[in-house]
Amino acid sequence: MILTLARYELRRLFLSPLAWSILAVVQLILAFMFLSNLEYYQVIQARLTGMGGGEGVTEIVVMPLLGNAAVVLLLVTPLISMRLVSEERRNKTLSLLLSAPLSMAEIVLGKYLGLTAFLWLVLAMVALMPLSLLAGGSLDYGMFAAGLLGLALLLAGFAAVGLFMSTLTQHQTVAAVGSFGVLLIFWILDWAGRGAGGGVLAYLALLNHYEPFLRGQVDTRDLAYHALFIATFLVLSVRRLDMDRLGG
Amino acid sequence: MSEEVLVQVDGVSRFYGTLQAVKNISFGIRQGQVLGFLGPNGAGKTTTMQILTGNLAPSTGSVRVAGHDLLEEPRAAKAAIGYLPEQPPVYRDMTVDEYLDYCAALNRIPRRERLAARERAKQRCGLTDVGRRLIGNLSKGYQQRVGLAQAIIHVPPVIILDEPTAGLDPIQIREIRHLIRELGRDHGVILSTHILSEVQSTCDWVQIINKGELVLNDSIDRLSDHMQSAALSVAFRQPPDVGQIAGLAGVKSVEPADGRYDIYFDSGQDPTDALVRLAVERGWGLVELVPRRASLEDIFVQLTREPAAGGDT
Repeated sequence: MILTLARYELRRLFLSPLAWSILAVVQLILAFMFLSNLEYYQVIQARLTGMGGGEGVTEIVVMPLLGNAAVVLLLVTPLISMRLVSEERRNKTLSLLLSAPLSMAEIVLGKYLGLTAFLWLVLAMVALMPLSLLAGGSLDYGMFAAGLLGLALLLAGFAAVGLFMSTLTQHQTVAAVGSFGVLLIFWILDWAGRGAGGGVLAYLALLNHYEPFLRGQVDTRDLAYHALFIATFLVLSVRRLDMDRLGG
Repeated sequence: MSEEVLVQVDGVSRFYGTLQAVKNISFGIRQGQVLGFLGPNGAGKTTTMQILTGNLAPSTGSVRVAGHDLLEEPRAAKAAIGYLPEQPPVYRDMTVDEYLDYCAALNRIPRRERLAARERAKQRCGLTDVGRRLIGNLSKGYQQRVGLAQAIIHVPPVIILDEPTAGLDPIQIREIRHLIRELGRDHGVILSTHILSEVQSTCDWVQIINKGELVLNDSIDRLSDHMQSAALSVAFRQPPDVGQIAGLAGVKSVEPADGRYDIYFDSGQDPTDALVRLAVERGWGLVELVPRRASLEDIFVQLTREPAAGGDT
């Protein structure tokens, strides 16, 4: 049932031009970044060989690309997640789901998976670019896979935040601004409090749990962080929708 | 008429903050009944319907649908309900067919039966020609029908319709009413409206709600008995003194109204004969005598103005 909901959610995304234009624009921006990185790599390639360092195309081209993709998608995800619930609230279509034999958790998970599937589709499109390098060389597959896993988890977290912010309001723009704000704060949380107590903020910062993946490290602590991050916002979404039913 | 109770509402109340929108309402509906839910704007009709369909949780009280408690077994209870809210919950960017397929899936209709279910619902609601059109491009009346098709696609025992004819043209209203009557034969239908003639033409049971309280719960037939004439409208060429008419046996009051008199009397003590005799004897020149049936409207106005005086219930 959750999958049915997710499938229709994804399909409805593609009924609007928004999903297509986001795919196109993100791809364009990232392709530009990819190509400029590649150019830079070609310039310094000779020097790298001369220094005998272990850095290859994966470290210099692919991982920065994934890092940039995270920032670009941080900006873009709120645009696609904003309509999830707030649009239904505004058009009063939410009661279709609420009066169907579904639990609140199923509704939230269905919508969440639909959005995550879309973001992972974006991820797959991004991954195609490094893979094109295989035509003339080779990649560090382990590192590349770690980077993709990190970005996939990060996007799943973005989706959870976006969904939650969308349940709060019936104004799509408010939901977009809200989720953008929350994501950015989480991203830069470790800028503050470098003194006492800064450890907590640094631990909570999203970026600190994404960078290890970009260095090729898959740490269970980071995996746990992302799982908790996603679960927290999903539970909050379910609670929020239940509040509508129960509260005044 | 089957005796199976489809919906049983017991002592349901609902608060919005400190405002009590619905006050301790209890009623039931059986299969084959069309229940009209009447009330002025803001009386609590929509709130009650949202509680029945699980969109809102009641603050107190319980709702049982087809034997399942709505709070304890929400899934089984909701599966037995089809709900058309005031504004049809349609996705404007989907075609009618896509949308109804989605609704069928949401209501857990097995995959191989979905096509048949969709076609049946479309046929009942007169949508066979518009299956491939975008819902957003359809007229309000058709969107309403799509909403109705959504409510009946899983053939639920109970159908709950919130102002189903709002915003439709007269022909569409007649069609929808016809459809409701038809559905009422083998489903239980609850219909909210503030249009009185709609209740008279489609329902066989009436409830009037005012300020969150049920002020009337009666069958249409018995209501018609109440509505038997309890007033006469008369006109004379030489209007007599009001006191002479008021003196007749059974007359409660006489009110002059643009050249006529409205005579109200106790039911069972019809003063018509006496009045005619008097008019001939004294040469008033009786030109008009019309028994007035109290309409549902009169009862409605009377009940919603002074809910305490609900003598008809």
